[in-house]
Amino acid sequence: MKRNNRLKEKIAFTIFSIVSFIIVIILFLIIAFIFVNGISVISWDFISKMPTDGMTGGGILPAIVGTLCLMLGSIVFSFPIGVLSGIFINEYLKDSIFKKFLSLMTNNLAGVPSIVFGLFGMSLFVNHLNFGDSIIAGSLTLGLLTLPVIITTTEEALKSVDNSVRIGSYALGASKLQTIKRVVLPIAYPNIITGLILSLSRVSGETAPILFTVAAYFLPRLPNSMFDQVMALPYHLYVLTTSGTNIEQSRPMAYGTALVLILIVLIFNLIANIIRKKLGQNVKMK
Amino acid sequence: MKVITKNVNLFYGDFQALKDINLEMEMNTVTALIGPSGCGKSTYLRLFNRMNDLIDNVKITGEVLIDGQNIYDKSTQVDELRKKIGMVFQKPNPFPKSIFENVAFGLRINGINDKIYIEETVKNSLIQAALWDEVKDKLKKSAFELSGGQQQRLCIARTLAIQPSIVLMDEPASALDPISTAKIEDLIYDLKKKYTIIIVTHNMQQAARISDKTAFFYMGELIEYDKTSKIFTKPEKEQTQNYVTGRFG
Repeated sequence: MKRNNRLKEKIAFTIFSIVSFIIVIILFLIIAFIFVNGISVISWDFISKMPTDGMTGGGILPAIVGTLCLMLGSIVFSFPIGVLSGIFINEYLKDSIFKKFLSLMTNNLAGVPSIVFGLFGMSLFVNHLNFGDSIIAGSLTLGLLTLPVIITTTEEALKSVDNSVRIGSYALGASKLQTIKRVVLPIAYPNIITGLILSLSRVSGETAPILFTVAAYFLPRLPNSMFDQVMALPYHLYVLTTSGTNIEQSRPMAYGTALVLILIVLIFNLIANIIRKKLGQNVKMK
Repeated sequence: MKVITKNVNLFYGDFQALKDINLEMEMNTVTALIGPSGCGKSTYLRLFNRMNDLIDNVKITGEVLIDGQNIYDKSTQVDELRKKIGMVFQKPNPFPKSIFENVAFGLRINGINDKIYIEETVKNSLIQAALWDEVKDKLKKSAFELSGGQQQRLCIARTLAIQPSIVLMDEPASALDPISTAKIEDLIYDLKKKYTIIIVTHNMQQAARISDKTAFFYMGELIEYDKTSKIFTKPEKEQTQNYVTGRFG
């Protein structure tokens, strides 16, 4: 019996480690593939020049700037709304049908396919509100897309705050708002910031929501205002691979673009980790 | 000034946790609340700063008079009440702030900004809580760097900083080692001169050592309330006798 258990233990352990290992290998292969194919075109010119020769030469600066604009724009919109609703749901709402309903809706929002967000953004922001294809229309659409992520991470971050500090604050006569502002949020915000940055890196890679709301096929200049159209990395990648003027010739450019996109995501994830570690140290519970 | 409980009943939903409690406590005394787990003593303690309000589905009838004022009156401002009735919890719960800011917290939320006054109050509170000598050189350090016993004394200092008239303590030493416990007990003995203390404890010796009066609760009822010496030597009721001698509970 005992020996049997030990054997089972060994088999289970082996299966678990193989599966985890496969995941690491897949990730590594993707990155290595992009890196090997893309590194040859990466140069200072590539990230600082406009595209030329029907996108078979030059750089991808407008797409980089466009993507950064969209990341910033979407977060300006979704961060305040997402964090405030997260606070409302977790701190103010008592357990009730309404709270369950809100959670359900948030989860459903997270499950809506991104192309649907794209169509919604086009009809509301581009057409109905007359923003046209613009950074603001794209940012708002991407903001909507990340809203559930930010709400959920805020909720989770607040949930992980030990209730005893809330009670301790109330016992000193603090109001609910004072308790949230001075005790709960300082503990929760490393995790909230982490969620924010992760949603940023998600925004950088989304294609469908920007397809009809902001992304330009070819626009070799930088935006002047938030009502301008821009190029964006994921869409540029799509264009280069499927509908460029000369797909064969622009292939290395496509890999280079993919590499830049992946690097942006990696850098943001790295920053998220550093911030979580740094901020987390000050508020670590024993 | 007295603390008077009149015909208090408390329900959690359908469950009655306190049954018709009548009790009168004097100022500047230590009252110990004892009884087996689930007897209602912690619930009774939380009546005085209305902490039970934070729990859903609680219904309270009767009166709790502090200084002649029924604190369950509609006109009572709970925030203000809690500034006068401090509370120390079973598990130390310092805020994720520096040692200094933990003690200054109660002052700051009251809108006090006078730097010198805050510094003095923090120092005095830490001295009263017998923690000053151990932390005076590291006031800017995080409260989490302190040991459990130090954290608990910090929480006591935090409570004293807003100068409450009554301090409630819910098993303040149960999560601490014997040396820290002894320190907290000495502290309670000193604090009695300035404050009225109501303390819940599971530790019979502790109740006997530090309290002037003891109330024994059982199944939501107040069985007996008398001088501590009497409760532990010649209690009136057999149930009390059985509990304090360790025959049940």
